[in-house]
Amino acid sequence: MALAPADVLAGLKEIVEEVAGIPAASIELDKNFTEDLEVDSLSMVEVVVAAEERFGVKIPDEAVTDLVTVGDAVNFIVNAAK
Amino acid sequence: MSRRRVVVTGLGATTPIGGDVTTSWSALLAGTSGVRSLTEEWAQTIPVHFAARVAVEPSEQMERVELRRLDRSEQFALIASREAWKDAGAPEIDKERLGVVIASGIGGVTTLLDQYDILREKGARLVSPHTVPMLMPNGPAANVGLELQARAGVHTPVSACASGAEAIGYALDMIRNDRADIVVSGGVEAAIHAMPMSGFAAMKALSTRNDEPARASRPYDLNRDGFVLGEGGGVLVLEEYEHAIARGAKIYCEIAGQGLTSDGYHIAAPDPDGAGVQRALKFALRDAGITTKDIVHLNAHATSTPAGDVAEANALRAALGSDADHVAVSATKSMTGHLLGGAGAIESVFIVKTLQDRLAPPTINIEDLDPAVTVDVVRDKPRALPAGDIAALNDSFGFGGHNVVLVFKSI
Repeated sequence: MALAPADVLAGLKEIVEEVAGIPAASIELDKNFTEDLEVDSLSMVEVVVAAEERFGVKIPDEAVTDLVTVGDAVNFIVNAAK
Repeated sequence: MSRRRVVVTGLGATTPIGGDVTTSWSALLAGTSGVRSLTEEWAQTIPVHFAARVAVEPSEQMERVELRRLDRSEQFALIASREAWKDAGAPEIDKERLGVVIASGIGGVTTLLDQYDILREKGARLVSPHTVPMLMPNGPAANVGLELQARAGVHTPVSACASGAEAIGYALDMIRNDRADIVVSGGVEAAIHAMPMSGFAAMKALSTRNDEPARASRPYDLNRDGFVLGEGGGVLVLEEYEHAIARGAKIYCEIAGQGLTSDGYHIAAPDPDGAGVQRALKFALRDAGITTKDIVHLNAHATSTPAGDVAEANALRAALGSDADHVAVSATKSMTGHLLGGAGAIESVFIVKTLQDRLAPPTINIEDLDPAVTVDVVRDKPRALPAGDIAALNDSFGFGGHNVVLVFKSI
């Protein structure tokens, strides 16, 4: 099922806010998970598992290291859902 | 070179009778019970339907994101440590001279059990990546060490219900041995859950006075029938005396000595002769350089079990002799319940307040004093302690036969 990038971004904002306590308003496509949003490696696992549940996609462990920014994650999820 | 002296310069606590030290201490002097019926559904499925939950939920004292990454025992440790650190004046210190020793009897047991439920119901993929840092028994100490950036050493002694007192003794040693100038020390426990409670109930260790929860914890009463499980924690900032003087710190009292022994008798039952307790007390007095004549107060282990209270009282009478007549004995578990690894820590906080206010807290719920109890128990109302130089003791014992006695002295 195709997903709209804007919907994926909105969903990721909610997940990151829940997991890391970062206000959704400050989460944008160019933000770096580690450096800008203080999502550490353990919290990133939580984000990935929550995103898989929410968007019905698989995000393999080897792909996670390439998800540097929020935009990377949106693109990966949109492509995986096609 | 003379031995380095150690003083108490900060206190913190979250207990079943208060969310901080001041509130807990007032409630203690007023004889308030923190024991209540549990409202969770599971409580009705086990033999014991009550416990002593903390008076103030961590969710009222911490940020939501912090809460979800920390086991409840770790939450208690951070809450109490933050209060204690602030009370100590948030001292500026070389972090390589700052240590943390915070104990827990059974660690992150609710995290372990909750995540096991998730594993069985939803599979391994949904087990939280925070599981291990949350369930490890050194998690409370590690989180406090991380927050304060302590680099002299972070430790977690584990000796069941003696853990909290042992942690404070370990901290005393760290400063005496010149490993640190300040050590944040104490103990926590968060084990109110159907599984550990069922285990304690199966040992017949818990009171089953379900119709009168607030009257269930009754150390020294003839009809006591077991302990009441409590949760929370206490933290003391210990500091080398000259270091405290140099920075103009508020000094509560001195922690002057400790005595540690083991029974070698039984995995859970107390040695009825109390020989191990007597030796621990003797060692503690010798370590502190005082005699039985100097002791005016003892915050007893007294958990409200039929065997334990009398064994302890007999040992104290034997060790103190006629000097037991001027020792005001308080059993504060009558109000807080038994915090297991947190017990020796909150009771040490209470002793420091006792020396400060010169008031021994009451023991509540004694309707008929057990005639086998041969120590002078402070009942119902606080009792004033004498002026001048005085000393007070905390004793803590744990399953496994661990005995710890700590000595606090006015300054």
